[in-house]
Amino acid sequence: MWALQSKGKNSWIEERKQLGRALSHKQCHVQYNHHLEFSRGCQRLTNHRPRQLARLQRSVLPAYPSERVEYTQLAGNPTANAAIADVSTTPFSCFYHGKLPALLPAQKISSVENVKLLDRYTNRRAASGTLYLTATHLIYVDASAEVRKETWILHHHIATVEKLPLTTAGCPLLIHCKNFHVAHFVIGQERDCHEVYTSLLKLSQPVKPEELYAFSYNPKMSKDNREIGWKLIDLKVDYQRMGIPNDYWEITDLNKDYEVCSTYPPEIVVPRAASKATVIGSSRFRSRGRIPVLSYLYKENNAAICRCSQPLSGFSARCLEDEQMLQAIREANPGSPFMYVVDTRPKLNAMANRAAGKGYENEDNYDNIRFKFIGIENIHVMRNSLQKLLEVCETKSPSMSDFLTGLENSGWLRHIKAVMDASVFLAKAVKDEKASVLVHCSDGWDRTAQVCSLASLLLDPFYRTFKGFMVLIEKEWIAMGHKFSHRCGHLDGDPKEVSPVFTQFIECVWQLMQQFPCTFEFNEHFLLEIHDHVYSCQFGNFLGTCHKEREDLKIFEKTHSLWPFLLQKKQELRNPLYRGFTAYKELQPNTLPFSFQFWCGMYNRFDKGMHPKQCVLDHLLSCMNQKIKLEDNASELENKLPFLDGPLPSEACYLSKVGCAASKTSMLNTPQDYQGEPPAVLSNGISVGDANVTSDVEQKNKENLANRRDLHRNDSVDVLNSEAKDGKPQHH
Amino acid sequence: TLPFNSHLLLFLTSFLAAASSSFFMSCSRFLGSVGTIIIKCKDLRIIQLDIPGMEECLNIASSIEALSTLDSVTLMYPFFYRPMFEIVEDGWSAFLPEKEFEVLSSVTDEWRLSYINKDFSICPSYPPVVIVPRSIDDETLQKVAVYRHGGRFPVLSYYHKKNGMVMMRSSQPLTGTNGRRCKEDEKLVNATLRPGKRGYIIDTRSLNAAQQARAKGGGFEQEVYYPQWRRIHRCIERFNILQESLIKLVEACNDQSHNMDRWLSKLEASNWMTYIKEILTAACLAAQCIDREGASVLVHGTEGTDSTLQVTSLAQIILDPDCRTIQGFESLLVREWLQAGHPFQQRCAQSAYSNSKQKFEAPVFLLFLDCVWQILHQFPCSFEFNEHFLVTLFEHAYASQFGTFLGNNENERSKLKLQQKTMSLWSWVNQPEELKNFQNPLFEANSLVIWPSVAPQSLQLWEGVFLRWNRPSRFLDEAEEEMRRIIDYNRFLLDKVNSMRKQIMQTETEDGMDRMQEVDSAANV
Repeated sequence: MWALQSKGKNSWIEERKQLGRALSHKQCHVQYNHHLEFSRGCQRLTNHRPRQLARLQRSVLPAYPSERVEYTQLAGNPTANAAIADVSTTPFSCFYHGKLPALLPAQKISSVENVKLLDRYTNRRAASGTLYLTATHLIYVDASAEVRKETWILHHHIATVEKLPLTTAGCPLLIHCKNFHVAHFVIGQERDCHEVYTSLLKLSQPVKPEELYAFSYNPKMSKDNREIGWKLIDLKVDYQRMGIPNDYWEITDLNKDYEVCSTYPPEIVVPRAASKATVIGSSRFRSRGRIPVLSYLYKENNAAICRCSQPLSGFSARCLEDEQMLQAIREANPGSPFMYVVDTRPKLNAMANRAAGKGYENEDNYDNIRFKFIGIENIHVMRNSLQKLLEVCETKSPSMSDFLTGLENSGWLRHIKAVMDASVFLAKAVKDEKASVLVHCSDGWDRTAQVCSLASLLLDPFYRTFKGFMVLIEKEWIAMGHKFSHRCGHLDGDPKEVSPVFTQFIECVWQLMQQFPCTFEFNEHFLLEIHDHVYSCQFGNFLGTCHKEREDLKIFEKTHSLWPFLLQKKQELRNPLYRGFTAYKELQPNTLPFSFQFWCGMYNRFDKGMHPKQCVLDHLLSCMNQKIKLEDNASELENKLPFLDGPLPSEACYLSKVGCAASKTSMLNTPQDYQGEPPAVLSNGISVGDANVTSDVEQKNKENLANRRDLHRNDSVDVLNSEAKDGKPQHH
Repeated sequence: TLPFNSHLLLFLTSFLAAASSSFFMSCSRFLGSVGTIIIKCKDLRIIQLDIPGMEECLNIASSIEALSTLDSVTLMYPFFYRPMFEIVEDGWSAFLPEKEFEVLSSVTDEWRLSYINKDFSICPSYPPVVIVPRSIDDETLQKVAVYRHGGRFPVLSYYHKKNGMVMMRSSQPLTGTNGRRCKEDEKLVNATLRPGKRGYIIDTRSLNAAQQARAKGGGFEQEVYYPQWRRIHRCIERFNILQESLIKLVEACNDQSHNMDRWLSKLEASNWMTYIKEILTAACLAAQCIDREGASVLVHGTEGTDSTLQVTSLAQIILDPDCRTIQGFESLLVREWLQAGHPFQQRCAQSAYSNSKQKFEAPVFLLFLDCVWQILHQFPCSFEFNEHFLVTLFEHAYASQFGTFLGNNENERSKLKLQQKTMSLWSWVNQPEELKNFQNPLFEANSLVIWPSVAPQSLQLWEGVFLRWNRPSRFLDEAEEEMRRIIDYNRFLLDKVNSMRKQIMQTETEDGMDRMQEVDSAANV
């Protein structure tokens, strides 16, 4: 820090910039690339020449002023806290998009040295390094590894922090993240550990919405661009796409002052035949005023998916306007004499609700409805189920039987299947039976959102594109009042309100991707990215619980929208196998139990050792990039062929680079702990010195082999290069 | 009118030719005058035939029954099959041990070929030619054979070029309850060690099972007599248990009930995935000893014809990039399964739907293929072959028009005169137009050791075999096609760019000479 100060403010900022760039590269390395090489992070890294890489490392290393920074008392120290709150003034505060989160001025960086990061699964030697606390992230820098490794954890991603009983090695601190990252630190001093612990508790659970990252996040974007970003997704356009307004449906602003329903958006789509009185009357008969509104209109046959909350029917209450409302919905689809009313709760739950004056529709009171229960469990069951699933995922070297039994007992896949079954039912009713469907659960913002959005996804290929999927989430989840803030626990609040409802939706989409690999424009990373940001609070989209609350929070004025940022990364988030918008229409997924897989990429996402060591997706993505370059190359060469204007050195190296990029599949993975104990010979045979010698030899062998392999693989390119070289020696 | 019987037979024969996978369990029931025959195939497919007319139906049923349970090997399809293709390379002579040994002897002279078993008298389940340490003469081998179960004395299975470590395989030593030792055996085993080095014995049975084996005359190497070796026990299940597991698994996969919990508990109860994990773990351990610890390894179980071969062959796939090519994999199968004496005829007789208990039936080879698939799944770019190749091998191991998998060992095969009387599977597979179907478009030769993950989260049910007939594959096939298209197009582009470049360069070197000289002189100045 002292060094920095003497350089003056500008150089401080300059250095921070450098650090930012450098770290952002390193960040990729960490995020995708713990010690495995077959990943994009690495490709990006290795695009640098070795020397550049070394420089990068050097520029990063001294920037962490390890000897200059003393650990400041975080929890108790008012200056430290002030600094933590003071993020808006720091220039670089985004790590997801290639910039650095605000590093506090050096004297305020809180750090702890000699911290160990334990590997969750193996007994390999624990890493040892330094823990840094910035305004937005917890950063762990591994000092023991040859290659600099960093682990970054966004404070908002932290779900729980636990202090485990003291061990001989130190004081363990276990951090569980909402994106299923689990970090197990061991801190030397108990006092340090406690302070990190209390600081993280505070940082990870802000009390006031203004403390959320989104309000301080500043990607250096002009005001206009920010506003354009918010306008990227316009739901009206989607309704237009469905042909609304039309003879049967209209967009009404009855809710503009949130008088009909405080958790609905100002503009809702209702049947033209439903008068204002009907709407208002119906809203009084529906839990929290969440009246039946249109979710999706299947243009081909006018069948609609509508959604609402449970009726306040109790044991016998009726409401004429509500009955008229349903009739209007049914009659908006003249092709069908009846409509379905689907209650997505288990029958027992719905019946229990009657005692509280709520309940479900009585088939006798409504004309021509077919009432049906689809038993999807409530948010509490889902929360517990995920908890059990994560326990299974976290078990240290479980047997196959432990794992499968745990998976079964968690019930997680059963719930996923239930959501999928319900969605398939909706899609079939609309497409095959040509009947409209009205869906509700209790309040109509959890299960209803899952089922309606998935059914739309099954019916309409538009929702399987980048833009369409964003629209779908904006429409069915954000606008219709899924309580993201409560379900994701953005703020310090009731833990019973937290539930992985949106995670389940994302997983259902992933399950569909497994069955229909060519039908989605985006890939798994896109889903994970969205899932990350639902929790990261970096963007305004998922803050609050409903449209009204977001207006009150002024998120449209103060924060940024996620979608433009995701679109920028389209190249890496797309699905190379996508066959285009028109290739597939409706999807009819198989919902037999064996069609559902455990999603290792989500729940064990940070345990890279468990993932396939070579990734087909990454390989194909690099093929797509290579294709573009080759096509450019080919057309350029075609132009040049007749003229022959001299050597093209830039292009030659360009080409060889392309070849390299495609062949970057090296993988120096290491064997796992197959025996469950450290290698035996080392302990009773070879000395450590011997082992080092062999490993050096091994390394050399490996390099040789790797080189040879590269040669082999790129022979076509290399032949060219060597030809080019061969051409010249005569002149030297 | 055409009798139904011939109709069906026509249908059957077309089936055989097309799918080369076959039937062989049938049951019939009657509903009115329509008879139903349910044919349960060895490739796990179930076919239902509704046949009008009681008598026809019964006739057909009994014909299928008779044809599917032939007593004599020589009546089986391979002996009647006439190939419709021209044989370019005879598969029977494609993988001769002498040829394989030539490669080995180019890197080391510590090993020799021994013809001691040329008339199958020393060990009936070994091939005529085996590779043994050069320092051990045939006389010693003879003595060792007596000491090992079924005469299967330790032979070379794999030589790791990178560090000269080796993997040997054998059967259990016959120590019995009184701990008999055999100095020749110790000498042979120790001959594979470098001076001062240690080795591992991987016993594919639990310690308990190995100890119990002593009561039956078997046993394991005792530390006292093999001080340079460290024994590790890994429990890989034996055949009847594996067969039950397969039956349960297939039953679970065919259960069309919509209950997730039932599916998961049945999958768990079948234990299939547990066995996959065990086998893979043992193989990884063997590979780890060789590659990481720089130690030689001896693998055996009881007979050394089942779990032993699973471990040795999988370890080679992990260690040796050659085994991940099509030719290399075929060669591996010939060496480590066919010549090494895995009793295919006993193990692959009836597959999962057998209603009579087959004493020796066991999906040992299918488990091996499943493990290969698991590794392929984790390293999709490191294998020259694709999943289809593995599925095809599975089918042919159980029912084939080729003679390759007939018989239980080389001895039986030579008695059946398979080479003269039947076709080799490899003659068919290795034709260029057939090979195309087995090639993995993602393949990029990878010379490294590939370490698979054995965490339960990383292992999956092999859908290509077990769910193949229970779900539509259209969308997955299209994805495969799309992938192939992307990669082929890139190759085409690369070729195009390269050839154009070449063209430019050629003209360049002709008329660019002067200019280059200018540049050179400029640089010199």
